[in-house]
Amino acid sequence: MARRETPEINAGSMADIAFLLLIFFLVTTTMDTDIGISRKLPEKQDPNIVPPVLKEKNVFEVLVNRRDEILVEGETYMQIADLRKATIDFIDNGGGKNEDGTECTWCEGKKDPASSDHPKKAIISLQSDRGTSYGTYIAVQNELVAAYTDLRNRYANKKYGRNFEDIANEQQAIIKKDIYPQIISEAEPTK
Amino acid sequence: MSKFKKKKKGMPAVNTAALPDIVFMLLFFFMVTTVMRETELKIKTPKLPTADQVKKLEKKSLVSYIYVGKSKDGTAGDKIQLNDRISNVKDIKSFIFAERATHPEAEIPYLTTSIKADSESNVGTITDIKIELRDVNALKINYSTLQGSAIDNMKR
Repeated sequence: MARRETPEINAGSMADIAFLLLIFFLVTTTMDTDIGISRKLPEKQDPNIVPPVLKEKNVFEVLVNRRDEILVEGETYMQIADLRKATIDFIDNGGGKNEDGTECTWCEGKKDPASSDHPKKAIISLQSDRGTSYGTYIAVQNELVAAYTDLRNRYANKKYGRNFEDIANEQQAIIKKDIYPQIISEAEPTK
Repeated sequence: MSKFKKKKKGMPAVNTAALPDIVFMLLFFFMVTTVMRETELKIKTPKLPTADQVKKLEKKSLVSYIYVGKSKDGTAGDKIQLNDRISNVKDIKSFIFAERATHPEAEIPYLTTSIKADSESNVGTITDIKIELRDVNALKINYSTLQGSAIDNMKR
């Protein structure tokens, strides 16, 4: 008697089924790249605390009005492309001494006595309007952060031969605290 | 003579038996990486601004999202969406508290709020959100952006 073989299941369309599923997942996948500018909000202030008195030359004032125009130091209208350079010049000026009387030996700025004394004393003040567009606001924030990034990279490259991102955490902490601390203060927007 | 006639050789067919395996491998990859969007947007999808000084958000489970954008039906003003409905600024506090309740105590200082706002929205709206967040001590925030040059934001 002839043995009957069990017929094999035709698996030829398996690939089609798999393709169908594959295409479904391909379409529904959102490779969510969640990136953004991270910031820390200031803690709620005690209203009784008297704010410290700052020398005006140590404050770099950036104003953004409701027409998205940028005014720097109360006098110069500036394009966003020039903001980073101006910020670097201000932070890196090193025209005077720190509180403990040390000069900024790593600064390469003009040492202009009318500009900031020391990177540790240099404060960026950002004032926007309620009507400023969010895109402009982010662009300004980005350029201010970029100025610090550039300076930190320059210092890290000179001292350690690598970018700020690539050096050890302890070294990063030193730069963040003592070399180029990021001091960006945001004032409440004008109405 | 015909004994030695060489068989005419055609091109051998490519063996496609392994094709399903390859496709399945791809399929599993996409199945694993797929994140189904958990919240449906009630506002117009925000057109995020671009920036280059960006950091990656590390742990997704620690991030809560606030969406800001224009409403779909064209009414004026910026709309804020929390979870799956359009909300008021005043609801942010309870939203943050609800988020905290779903996390263990130890993780609370690491909770981050990601603001996904349209680049056309007003800074005033964002400031209102920030003031609410500061009041409930949710200080870590992230302005969600796309990778790109920040200067592009200024061109209209």
